[in-house]
Amino acid sequence: MQEAELIPHLFRTEYRKIISVLVKKFGLEHIETAEDLVSETFLLASETWGQKGLPQNPTGWLYTVSKNKALDFLRRSKVFSDRISNELKQSTASQYEPGIDLSTQNIEDSQLQMMFAICHPVISPEAQIGLSLSLLCGFGIEEIADAFLTNKEVIYKRLARAKEKLRTENVKIELPGPTEIANRLEAVLTTLYLLFSEGYYSISQNTTLRKDLCLEALRLTLMLTENEQTQTPQAYGLLSLMCFHSSRFEARTNQNGEIILYENQDTNLWNTDLIEKGEHYLNKASTGTKLSKYHLEAAIAYWHTHKTDSIEKWENVLQLYNRLLMLGYSEMAALNRTYVLSKARGKAEAIVEAEKLDLNSNHLYHSLLGNLYEDVNNQKAIEHLTKALKLAKTTADKTLLESKIRRLSTQ
Amino acid sequence: MEEFLLIFRREAGAPETPMSPEQMQAMMKPWQDWMGGLAAQNKLVSPGNRLASDGRVVKANSVITNGPYVETKEAVGGYIIIKASSLDEAAELSKDCPIFQMGGNVEVRTVIPMD
Repeated sequence: MQEAELIPHLFRTEYRKIISVLVKKFGLEHIETAEDLVSETFLLASETWGQKGLPQNPTGWLYTVSKNKALDFLRRSKVFSDRISNELKQSTASQYEPGIDLSTQNIEDSQLQMMFAICHPVISPEAQIGLSLSLLCGFGIEEIADAFLTNKEVIYKRLARAKEKLRTENVKIELPGPTEIANRLEAVLTTLYLLFSEGYYSISQNTTLRKDLCLEALRLTLMLTENEQTQTPQAYGLLSLMCFHSSRFEARTNQNGEIILYENQDTNLWNTDLIEKGEHYLNKASTGTKLSKYHLEAAIAYWHTHKTDSIEKWENVLQLYNRLLMLGYSEMAALNRTYVLSKARGKAEAIVEAEKLDLNSNHLYHSLLGNLYEDVNNQKAIEHLTKALKLAKTTADKTLLESKIRRLSTQ
Repeated sequence: MEEFLLIFRREAGAPETPMSPEQMQAMMKPWQDWMGGLAAQNKLVSPGNRLASDGRVVKANSVITNGPYVETKEAVGGYIIIKASSLDEAAELSKDCPIFQMGGNVEVRTVIPMD
């Protein structure tokens, strides 16, 4: 990896680890200090590495520098007198060093605890996701604003309020008790699901950033399933879903970062290792009595790892979408169900159902109708594709629609 | 949008033969498709429940009789809750219900919210 890519990459993978350890050590009331220390570390890295070249172990370098900065802070600050002096009194060693433990174990523990602290019910779900993006994924304010389709001011205020709330409510960075874990796990899973989706479906053309995001969400979910208290069937379901989706990462974009549709993907580029992992975790998820949307989405994703068309495949996927929609409505699920209906039962039946959906402001709805009417009523197909083109936002979508309209018009 | 209760009735007393899992699945599929279609239009509020045919009717003076079908020929087999802009639309949405394949009918009732 080139230096220009390395620092943003390390920022996304290491920032959250160091932050979690530092915030756990300092307490949630010192989030900003921890953020400043780690940001300073990365700033120093880009200066120093730019002048002197890369260190042998860049991650180790970041850990050492941030550790030293943290120790300086602890020695100087009130935190030292309040928290550490007690430890110091009990310590028999004459030369006491307050520890900053950046071992793999402590990094994982701290992050897991941090996830649960952030997903505390005293702050709104939106703020929970915002804080997770910021603290667990190293997102900048601008990137979070993009993810929420809002401006930086709003996000800045939202995060500041949320941090203040965590402080005043004296939320601790620790795993809550078993009942509370069960209550908060839902929010934790939703957050991880959204993190993953942000990477997977983002309209950003920056594939490196998107892949990093997905992998980070995957790692955080894996962490949940490795802890006895948080390894629920739902967590396994979510992990399975992420593995199945990630297995197509190399196949779903070309060199320019443009999306390659599922039908046109080169299956040789699908990652069989991740597909097997997905199946393994789906089996692990198949316990208990509660069928969650993660189970259903993972099962749908499982069928999509079989590229060969068969009635069995599409009937199964259709039934899964039926159940998913009965659990909760989303436009995406409604559109996907209708597409799957056309595969399982034919276009005529799907057109009738599609016309009932009434999602006229959604460009994907018109794309779907355009595709369904193709070869059935090409005039209608062109009308819908033209509507879709007017509503489409990304260049990739527009190019795809334009070429389709051209092709149908000349037939 | 208002909510409507759809009550599915079919002829009572039809002998219930135990079904194999495959038969069960084949029987459920049209229902899943129909309700999935309602849910895709964001019109399904609750997928409701199926009801067993066995039942008891309790009357004043603690008189308990077998079966809910003493006075009516039809028994309630299940219910769901949907949302629609009017009673007419709710009735329209019920037209494709699989109960008609079984010789049954749908009763559509407006839900009055309690506040």
